[in-house]
Amino acid sequence: MTGFTPDRRSLLKGGAITLAAAATMSADQLLGYAKAWAQASPWKPEPGAKINLLRWKRFVEAEDVAFMKIVDAFQKATGTTITVSNESYDDIQPKASVAANTGQGLDMVWGLYSLPFLFPSKCMDVTDVAEYLGKKNGGWAASGEQYGKYNGKWIGVPVAATGGLVNYRVAAAEKAGHKTFPSDLGGFQDLVKGLNKNGTPAGMALGHASGDANGWVHWALWAHGGKLIDKDNKVTINSPETAKSLEYVKSLYDNFIPGTASWNDSSNNKAFLAGQLHLTTNGISVYVTAKKEAPAIAEDMNHAHLPVGLDGKRRELHLGFPILIFSFTKFPQACKAFTAFMMEPEQFNPWVEAAQGYLSPFLNAYEKNPIWTADPKNTPYRDVATTASTPAGEAQMSENAAAAIADFVVVDMYANYCTGREDVKTAMTSAERAAKRIFRA
Amino acid sequence: MGPRLRGDDTEWVAINRSYNGMTTIPTSLPTPTRHFGKSSAWDRLRTNRNWLALWFMLPAAAFLILFLAYPLFLGVWMSFTDDRIGRGGGNFVGLENYEWLKDDSIFWLSVFNTLLYTIVASAIKFAVGLYLALLLNRHMPFKALIRAAVLIPFIVPTVLSAIAFWWIYDSQFSIISWSLIKMGLIDHNINFLGDSSWARGSVIFANIWRGVPFVAITLLAGLQTVSPSLYEAATLDGATSWQRFRFITYPLLTPIIAVVMTFSVLFTFTDFQLIWALTRGGPVNATHLMATLSYQRGILSGRLGEGAAIATAMIPFLMAAIAISWFGMQRRKWQQGTDND
Repeated sequence: MTGFTPDRRSLLKGGAITLAAAATMSADQLLGYAKAWAQASPWKPEPGAKINLLRWKRFVEAEDVAFMKIVDAFQKATGTTITVSNESYDDIQPKASVAANTGQGLDMVWGLYSLPFLFPSKCMDVTDVAEYLGKKNGGWAASGEQYGKYNGKWIGVPVAATGGLVNYRVAAAEKAGHKTFPSDLGGFQDLVKGLNKNGTPAGMALGHASGDANGWVHWALWAHGGKLIDKDNKVTINSPETAKSLEYVKSLYDNFIPGTASWNDSSNNKAFLAGQLHLTTNGISVYVTAKKEAPAIAEDMNHAHLPVGLDGKRRELHLGFPILIFSFTKFPQACKAFTAFMMEPEQFNPWVEAAQGYLSPFLNAYEKNPIWTADPKNTPYRDVATTASTPAGEAQMSENAAAAIADFVVVDMYANYCTGREDVKTAMTSAERAAKRIFRA
Repeated sequence: MGPRLRGDDTEWVAINRSYNGMTTIPTSLPTPTRHFGKSSAWDRLRTNRNWLALWFMLPAAAFLILFLAYPLFLGVWMSFTDDRIGRGGGNFVGLENYEWLKDDSIFWLSVFNTLLYTIVASAIKFAVGLYLALLLNRHMPFKALIRAAVLIPFIVPTVLSAIAFWWIYDSQFSIISWSLIKMGLIDHNINFLGDSSWARGSVIFANIWRGVPFVAITLLAGLQTVSPSLYEAATLDGATSWQRFRFITYPLLTPIIAVVMTFSVLFTFTDFQLIWALTRGGPVNATHLMATLSYQRGILSGRLGEGAAIATAMIPFLMAAIAISWFGMQRRKWQQGTDND
């Protein structure tokens, strides 16, 4: 027995004994580490604790495998049982909401965006865990704090985010006259127009797609200086800045591939991988899949941040993944211990690597992970935490802001104008009214 | 009871039999003790048949109240509060939720969509279903097999068929667009779910596809009860096939039509799964029904009160649909299809 990573040949030679030995060794190592960690950890799981954890269904298979490995090590080291269930993006929130309302069924949820802010009173205060992790791993990015803190307390731990960045085909962009990716609004508009003229169109979702549609329309709004609410939660969507952004988005939409108003979160992935779509905003999952299934597309594609706004600043809305513990769980210590364990470097680094860029960290130390520089096409996703804003924009993240994004107020405004259902004025007043309804209390 | 135009006598016999059955109930009751003048209130109550019946009905009533009435009233109550998810009961706000709905253009759009969806889909489902039932009622080879096959759309889980339709209607990969392009009839993909009118048509078509088997099979069951002797007599009298349909089939089928269409309208009006899986109410809310909007506002945005208000607003429409068919079924004209009111 020479190594711990048997290849096919050694397997055939040494038979099952080698494999079994190797497997136990590495599992033992992990278990040994996990046991030592559990000994030193400030949170002692309740004996016989059983945790029901709900998470979003993976888009990158290896990420899920790595996650389950962490769960397994934690179970063995602490004697805790963790039952993990998976739901698609759109079904996470209703399930979590039902659990929050009835006070049973789930102990932890790893969800999307601002999930903890929909029912902050049902989320356990995890300030101790968040501060422990921050101290150990180079501190939280500012956007991480915005995503986790409510009235000075952490109500969730922002595990990571998946960046809503531009995915584009390099050859098509060059043919449209852009050797380097444009970083200003005018250049981006010109690129989208050029792509359409060459028959290699762009497309970004304008349907009720929780991740894809919300992301880029908020960018467009903020880039032009518009905002749904100001610092004090006053609705300010009806403004000349918003009108400008509506015109801008319309000019993009007119050059999109047809059908974007019906797109959901998976539509652009499918069209891009089929070679019909040449620019969109998405997580890195398109690239990860392309590397496996369509190497020619992977070779020809690249990623970039969305252009800076009129004021020269870059603000993007990415898909945050916060994990929360329900206040009614019977095993608070076990839940906290698991949250901390999962984000320790020994677990988090291999996990981030397995995700191949799909999980961008909010903890500063993890930006140094080699995954971000090993492939330069991954690098834009490293800086997601730096450019991220919460759906509340300049205001504090709140229940109302969480409700507004769940009700697609901003997406509907752009879709209403772009599809010609309403003119600029009406689209803005409708959105204003919808926002006022939500922010009335 | 005068002579009636009845398909066969079995139903009439059944009615008689049940009538006789009812008359036997009192004889099996304990004979009232005959202490005239002395009987106390309790004795009278004890021997009162209605009082006894009340007790027999109680379990059923408790069941209905617990599982039907209570959730309904809870929903209505919730619509008068500002309850949110995780709050555990909100404050009473009176009609505030309804006042906000009153000038909410998306809400009124959803009302319009729901009515359009229900009326168009139900009408077409009825026409196609009746036609299919008449076809299936003829003698043909493999009759049982074909009748079973018609039920397939009804058997497939809604979400599954919705996902199939979602692929059929996909903006880039639609099989319909692809075929038409290959045949050279069109030169670009049809924007099935991205254009308001196309999207409405598409979801209505999917609903019709799912709903036709229910109408067809139930009407077929009704057709089976029509006695062939009536058709024979009519044929001897020289009736055309249209006259046979108009004066025999249609009148005898009316009660079943009323029941089927009531159910069909109710199912269509409250449809949720199909829309949610296909469009989520998009594009730009053009296919948002009241049920989907209620879910989006109540569960996704966490405003339980407002979601409940939208759901409660559906009740009057549903009551109206039920009332129409209920009063219709009471009328002899509807039952018998003749002109004697």
